[in-house]
Amino acid sequence: MRKEKAYLYLEDDTILEGIGFGAQKIGAGEAIFTTSMNGYPESLTDPSYKGQLLVVTHPLVGNYGVPEKVYKNGILADFESESIKVEGLVISELTEGYKWNSFMNLDTWLESEGIPGIYGIDTRMLTKKIRDNGVLGGVLSVGAPIKNYKKYLADYEKKNFIAQVSPRKPIEYKNGRQLVVVVDMGVKHGILAELYKLGYSLARVPYNYPADKILSYEPAGVVYSNGPGNPAILKDVIKSFTEVAEYKIPIFGICLGHQIATLAFGGSVEKMKFGHRAINKAVIDMNTRRSYITTHNHGYAVYPSGIPHGSKVWFLSPDDNVVEGLIFKGRNIMTTQFHPEARPGTNDAGFIFSYFQKMINNAR
Amino acid sequence: MPDKKIKKVVVLGSGPIKIAEAAEFDYSGSQALKALREEGIESILINPNVATVQTSYDMADKVYLLPVSTPFIKKVIEKERPDGIMIGFGGQTALNAGIDLYRSGILNRYGIRVLGTSIEGVERALSREKFKETMEKCGIETPPSGAAKNREEALYYADLIGYPLMVRVSYNLGGRGSAVVWSKAELERELGIAFSSSKTEEILLERYLSGWKEIEYEVVMDRFGNSAVTACIENMDPMGVHTGESTVVTPAQTLDNYEYQKMRSTAIEVAKAIGLVGECNVQFALDPKSYRYYVIETNPRMSRSSALASKATGYPLAYVSAKLALGYRLYDIKNRVSGATTACFEPSLDYITVKIPRWDLAKFDNAKESIGTEMKSIGEVMGIGRNIEEALQKAVRMLDIGEPGIVGGKIYNSRMSRDDIIAALKGRKPYWFLYAAKAFKEGMSVDEVYNATLVDRFFLEKIRGIVERYENRWNEGIDVLKKLGFSDEQLHAKHSATPSIKQIDTLAGEYKAATSYLYTTYNGSDDDIEIGNSGNKLLIVGAGVFRIGVSVEFDWSSFNLHNAAKKYFDEVALINYNPETVSTDWDQVGKLYFEELTAETIEKIYRKERFSSIATFAAGQIGNNLSKTLEFAGLNLFGTSGGSVDVAEDRNKFSRLVEKLGLKQPAWVAATSMKEIKRFISENGFPVLVRPSYVIGGSSMRIIRNFKSLMQFIENYKLSKYPLVISKIISGTEAELDCASDGSNVLGVGAQHIEEAGVHSGDATVVTPFFGGKSAYEKMKAAAVSIASELSIKGVFNIQFIISRNEPYIIELNLRASRSMPFSSKSVGTNLIEYGVKGIFEKYGWNGFYEPKHNAYMVKTPQFAWGSLRGAYPYLGPEMRSTGESASMDMSMGAALIKSWLGASPNRIPEKAVLVYGKTNQEYLNYIPRILSKYNRIVTLEGAEVKGAEPLDKNSIIELLGRKEIDLLITDNDIRDIDYEIRRAAADLSIPMVLNGRLGKELAMRFHGAKLSYNELSSYY
Repeated sequence: MRKEKAYLYLEDDTILEGIGFGAQKIGAGEAIFTTSMNGYPESLTDPSYKGQLLVVTHPLVGNYGVPEKVYKNGILADFESESIKVEGLVISELTEGYKWNSFMNLDTWLESEGIPGIYGIDTRMLTKKIRDNGVLGGVLSVGAPIKNYKKYLADYEKKNFIAQVSPRKPIEYKNGRQLVVVVDMGVKHGILAELYKLGYSLARVPYNYPADKILSYEPAGVVYSNGPGNPAILKDVIKSFTEVAEYKIPIFGICLGHQIATLAFGGSVEKMKFGHRAINKAVIDMNTRRSYITTHNHGYAVYPSGIPHGSKVWFLSPDDNVVEGLIFKGRNIMTTQFHPEARPGTNDAGFIFSYFQKMINNAR
Repeated sequence: MPDKKIKKVVVLGSGPIKIAEAAEFDYSGSQALKALREEGIESILINPNVATVQTSYDMADKVYLLPVSTPFIKKVIEKERPDGIMIGFGGQTALNAGIDLYRSGILNRYGIRVLGTSIEGVERALSREKFKETMEKCGIETPPSGAAKNREEALYYADLIGYPLMVRVSYNLGGRGSAVVWSKAELERELGIAFSSSKTEEILLERYLSGWKEIEYEVVMDRFGNSAVTACIENMDPMGVHTGESTVVTPAQTLDNYEYQKMRSTAIEVAKAIGLVGECNVQFALDPKSYRYYVIETNPRMSRSSALASKATGYPLAYVSAKLALGYRLYDIKNRVSGATTACFEPSLDYITVKIPRWDLAKFDNAKESIGTEMKSIGEVMGIGRNIEEALQKAVRMLDIGEPGIVGGKIYNSRMSRDDIIAALKGRKPYWFLYAAKAFKEGMSVDEVYNATLVDRFFLEKIRGIVERYENRWNEGIDVLKKLGFSDEQLHAKHSATPSIKQIDTLAGEYKAATSYLYTTYNGSDDDIEIGNSGNKLLIVGAGVFRIGVSVEFDWSSFNLHNAAKKYFDEVALINYNPETVSTDWDQVGKLYFEELTAETIEKIYRKERFSSIATFAAGQIGNNLSKTLEFAGLNLFGTSGGSVDVAEDRNKFSRLVEKLGLKQPAWVAATSMKEIKRFISENGFPVLVRPSYVIGGSSMRIIRNFKSLMQFIENYKLSKYPLVISKIISGTEAELDCASDGSNVLGVGAQHIEEAGVHSGDATVVTPFFGGKSAYEKMKAAAVSIASELSIKGVFNIQFIISRNEPYIIELNLRASRSMPFSSKSVGTNLIEYGVKGIFEKYGWNGFYEPKHNAYMVKTPQFAWGSLRGAYPYLGPEMRSTGESASMDMSMGAALIKSWLGASPNRIPEKAVLVYGKTNQEYLNYIPRILSKYNRIVTLEGAEVKGAEPLDKNSIIELLGRKEIDLLITDNDIRDIDYEIRRAAADLSIPMVLNGRLGKELAMRFHGAKLSYNELSSYY
């Protein structure tokens, strides 16, 4: 294993020294942490992490290596997008994998994708810092220390990361007779896989695709996907959402899509201190009082006082009262703040996709 | 919300500590009792294990020290008329008892609800046949298998499935009776044991998935079907090694998201299929070369692994499970660690834990030294670190087997050849990782070690890495080595840096923790707690890993010390690493360090946290061994000074003290040369008792009857370095005083053994109060007072005597908590530990010796593990071999004796033939046929006959045993030359054995017609 030094600079002038891996370069972004103990190939390629430095709380990362990229019907199996999306990876210990389907190790993967990593960091200390102070801007440099790290820091909340992860042109997946349009703000392949499994043909369209172009597909349903960054700056998307909704076409908003739906109908979205990034969190279905353990990856949230007009809380977090899903009565709109496709995470909430299918079938 | 109709609940305990049922059920039972108390529900505990924490009134409202079996439980039910019963907190013992109660219609008759998973659900899980059916119905894959009820069916399925096969047993404990068989001949050999280990005489023949990984999930589910999977445990050992015998890492390390979640979902389906309400574990076999997996089994109760999972994750499974059994929704229960979130979540760990079992096989003559499908380990440890190396090396030291870590110890520095190493690994000798490290040292490859062990390369690479760093240690920075868990001892260097103190919080730092559940690591750059607040702070050393001689009684002591000391200190913390225990329950202990009990770790924590005193006297052997080192290092010992302890431990100093006080003791010598030994023998003759100095539980203690055996004993002994203590054996009975003192006055409880002196006190049947001669007892009490004053003992102590011709001889003085203290304390309802602590701070309100009044007898019976230790020869001697104890109280000694004897397994009153024979204690043995022939056929062994019994040769007896026509064996002493096969057959077939003639006679007199009472413990005070 290589042994060059690496440095992590945080907005509050903390400087941490560790050992570098992956690419020898500088990565900058909002430092956030995930408490998911495995599933790093999925997490690292999750477009929602664009613009962020990912801190993993589990101390060992890399244990089962990295599998080969395998497409099934054009959709990836173990990755959430074609490339690593985090700006840098911060861990306690880098390990080698010896699993039967390991194709390369984590170090090589990061290097091949040009992403810097640092290990030998007390990630618990860092996590506590983020927990107590809120998310922090950070700069990771592998190889050499840098003098003025602040010049690398961008204002996360104002930056449009979606433009970097959304496709320029529509991408289509042929399948059944019915088609679902996915407004791709950085969609995870897990979501595509779930929709495809239900038999739908898919059209992944650029995030700022106008409503008329979306409608020109004559979609059976529209999914507003997950994605990185602040929902408030996505005026185009909010507009298309409002217009598509006019046509009573079933809409499913996932994560960022849930926040877009909230803003589109006059609700409010707040920036959280340090967000939910975990695969171990319960949500409660307010209709059935059933609980599910689900995957979360969001730094903004809707609270019960800020839900949009005409909506009802569908899912609620019992821990901090975050609205984790909405149902719009009579409007054919459903949203979840959590990720029913998981990846990484439990299969508890996979049924939500068939719920969407039911909504589509009832709308016809 | 909970059911308001439930006002009174019976909780079943697990009985004596035995292999596969240890303190984890003290812990889970205590948690259940706590949950009941929070709800204002009256709790009634039935458990004869007097040494537990749960059998005290801090936990339960009422305690019945009675066997956990239908006739006794029925009596309690008739008396108490409870609304509900909890059968999931006392291991397999409680679960089986619950099923019996249900089948006998008692629960129905008295309208008692089984709280938690229903009996039907339990049966679906535990009957191999029903389980397979249930899984098939739900489309869950299990390995190809067939359930057999007899030999013919077994052979039929074996042919169908093909060899190798795994033989599994229904309703069994610790894999008892199970085996991997590679041929028909082997299978035929195993069938007898397998069928007799099953409560229902049902076994399962299953394809043996050699080399597959074993993974275990812990599921909680409420009665509405809401669930969470709170832990995933990965066994390093492959399938074929019982999970209780495996080295286990939590959280799982080599699973990717896909397989982790697939199996997790299946685990929930399994829980749903059996109708779980509460907690269960689900075990999987996972192909190491693909995503294929099978469900192996489920246990719908608290288990050893659920206790481990609770400690590893901070998620209190037993507590939550009890609340779920009472009807709560999962998300209406609080997460007690964060205090802010709910119990409906899945813990995220930002550390690694490694659990290793501890074996004591060397204590048992002829026991097979190889691990497999049956549990043989006696204890377990859990190391916590921020990487695998740190957690693993800590855990190895915690085993307290003299190994300083993975490398650098006896095995690592031995002269084993490559062939020997491979043979040890292939033969599955305990502690494979030590041999793996040795293999790497000798230049073997990971592949070679993998082929011998089938342990995942990920873990083997970690061990190889430790070896590499160690061999290159002079070039490595010490910081790098400390991060990999090396101890100062291992590196022969004193390292000045102190480790970081980290908190276990179930949420990987996402929320602030409200509890102080701590560990230390060299892989950290800050502390989770505020350091260095001064004040009067006490650190209590816990008992560490259980082994023969140190068990739950020392957990009781350290936990009670923790509670008693709170009154006198600003802060009381406890340090221990045994995941089974109540003392490592962060919910019960104010501040818990889950850490090594080595001088290095203790000293570093003590200094970093600025403790003002350290208590070692409640911790059994480990505490004993540490006290001198810690005092020498400048730590302030709480209680009696190390100097006084030294007088008690050093035979010479103790001898002078005894002489000075005008007391008597058997002749003895601490010999460092052959000359001294010979002189002693010529003066005192044989037999003699020999032992190395500084031991507990009588390890390596032997009765020697001639020069030849003496020479054999000394052969491997470094005489000049460690003196050999030889003492004259005085015939008589043994008696003990458990005491607390304030420096001059003594609170004491006396007890006496039924077996003659020569049987280790831990293996003897003990009766309190003392029932021997009054004048001897007066002398004993006077001795206690004069010793306490002379040594200014402040705290607890124990004196052992032999009473010979009504004259007490002192044989041992221990200035620490003794094994029998929970027994003596509970016999009179006076907590000796509490008085011990009081005596350190204040004077008692009496002069001289005070013994609380005994209104009834309490008797304790040892629990042996002969059945679990294949090949071991069952006999009683000066070396302790029992694993636990059962106790009961009654108005007569005989009634208390019978009840306590029946509390140990597999004891039961004989209905068929009784086998009585022996060559010693014959006056007692000869008496037995006279009493029992009215009720039983009495047979005896030719060559060791007793009078009035039908003599048979060895083969006929073994045949009778095999046909289960003998249901009790009474014999005496060690006569393995003539009866090894007989005792082994009885052990393998779970037939009760009484291994001492005097005890045999006492029992025979009370099997029939003893007037038993069934009262709550405190009613005897």
